[in-house]
Amino acid sequence: MGEHGREGDGLERWGALWEERTGLSRRGFAQLCAWLAATMTLTSGGVGRVAEALAAAPRPPVIWLHFQECTACSESLLRAHYPTAEQLILNLISLDYHETLMAAAGKQAEEARRATMKNAKGKYLLVVEGAIPARPFCRIGGQDAEAILKECAADAAAVIAVGSCASFGGLPAAEPNPTQARSVAGLIGKKPLVAIPGCPPQPAVMAAVLAHYLTLGRLPALDQLHRPKAFYADSIHDRCYRRPFYDRGQFAASFDDEGARKGWCLFKLGCKGPVTHNACATLKWNEGVSFPIQSGHGCLGCSEPHFWDNGSFYAPLSTPIGESGLSTGVAAAAGATLGAALAGGYRKVIDQARSEARPVTLDDLEKSS
Amino acid sequence: MNDPGYELLLWVRGPGWILALAVFSFGMAMRLFEIFALGRREDLAPPRPAERQGSPMRTVWNRFFPVPGLFERAPATHVSGYLFHIGFFAVLFFAEFHIQLFRHLLGFGWPALSAPLADALGVVAIVALLAALVSRMRDPVKRFLSTAGDYLAWALTFLPLLTGWMAYHHVLVSYTRMVALHLLAAELLLALLPFTKLIHAVTIFVARWYTGEQFGRKGVQA
Repeated sequence: MGEHGREGDGLERWGALWEERTGLSRRGFAQLCAWLAATMTLTSGGVGRVAEALAAAPRPPVIWLHFQECTACSESLLRAHYPTAEQLILNLISLDYHETLMAAAGKQAEEARRATMKNAKGKYLLVVEGAIPARPFCRIGGQDAEAILKECAADAAAVIAVGSCASFGGLPAAEPNPTQARSVAGLIGKKPLVAIPGCPPQPAVMAAVLAHYLTLGRLPALDQLHRPKAFYADSIHDRCYRRPFYDRGQFAASFDDEGARKGWCLFKLGCKGPVTHNACATLKWNEGVSFPIQSGHGCLGCSEPHFWDNGSFYAPLSTPIGESGLSTGVAAAAGATLGAALAGGYRKVIDQARSEARPVTLDDLEKSS
Repeated sequence: MNDPGYELLLWVRGPGWILALAVFSFGMAMRLFEIFALGRREDLAPPRPAERQGSPMRTVWNRFFPVPGLFERAPATHVSGYLFHIGFFAVLFFAEFHIQLFRHLLGFGWPALSAPLADALGVVAIVALLAALVSRMRDPVKRFLSTAGDYLAWALTFLPLLTGWMAYHHVLVSYTRMVALHLLAAELLLALLPFTKLIHAVTIFVARWYTGEQFGRKGVQA
């Protein structure tokens, strides 16, 4: 029997265990394992490891903090389809603290968080949703956001920043950033960090990162912005099904012209796909139904830093950001003044030379020779 | 934690562009006011012939074409010069991405060249510029006459072309980084244009007009 046969045996065995533990079907388990292995870019042999980790490994405790955010990241996670939010929360991880989802409140909730930090010291995952403002903004249970984050991160195995606010500051940090909001990165020292930016981030990416940690016991390979390479290595543009239209120079000029109806490239309508790294064009949304470009709207670039301050969502990438009229006018006026002054200076020199000039006589020429 | 390419892109699309445009405006206004405010010595001689023949505009136009006999004496200079200028202006004014910039600045745009044609003309401009550089360095007379300013002008013109082509074709580094470098190179060209020989993009028309005017006064064919 080949490797696939052994793989099948493993899946069968772990599937039975999963079924016993969760009451969920083995078929669903096999699909889940295969999907997670694929999203983690594991080879077919990795499916067995995923199955073993899901069925037999202890569920890692997770503390999920909310700071300056809109909860769309959690909303996005609730729409995960492989694994579903229920599978993820009830079977893969032990979600010990999540302000939106937990039943506990007040003192009881804070005690649950502290108990996890104490009992699973060095083993729990810390998920952060939202940007972290400066004091005194965003206080929870009498503690400010920065103190809570630092306290929770100190003994975490790793920190996962979900969404653009936690990853890069996002909307709360947009100009003029009234609360001096920051991302997680600068506040957790050298603690291992995974950033899963997006507004909101892909639910599958959040699930896959957790599954990767569960399966392999380590974080996935990351890019320089701490984003998992498996999902953020390519730009939207690289994987966009409208890319051939870009290459041929066929662009929609408005949202309802002939080009738009023919599905041409949305570059002229402000699509930021060429400089945005995310997996929307491949994983898509709503169980793989569609993604913004497929529905006729350009990419906003939400998984890149400062995306709220990158100019209009509808301005093409080849146009500048910001207003240059006044500075250009002032510079031109200053240049004109200086130019005229220089010319005036030269003219004085010329006039003086002319006034001092005397006709050359024969005597002068004889003297000089 | 940042991506230098992405941060550079933000800078060149924002403060970098505003700075480059301000330096360009300052330099161009200064140079042109300097030239026009200085003026020329009044010519007291009566124009000859008394009846003006033609307009200086004719000289501005005629000098787009080679002087008879000169093409054969310097074919490399002529061919590389013409091909570069045609290719450069085609991509600058008729590539779709650049028309978007002009539309943003002027409030109106115009039809673009097809992407493959603009691409090909960009390559023509790049090859022509390389040929011009080789010719400049190999020809003893041109080499002798060349200054650091000439090589600077060459580099300032070449880099936007090269980086633009590389960004469009996703060559070597990510699109984000290459397009940031392209915009940076274009802004360098814009900012330094008034202070280098590249100001001929504007002053050549002033010079031709003046030459046509003077030659017309003297009754000489310009």
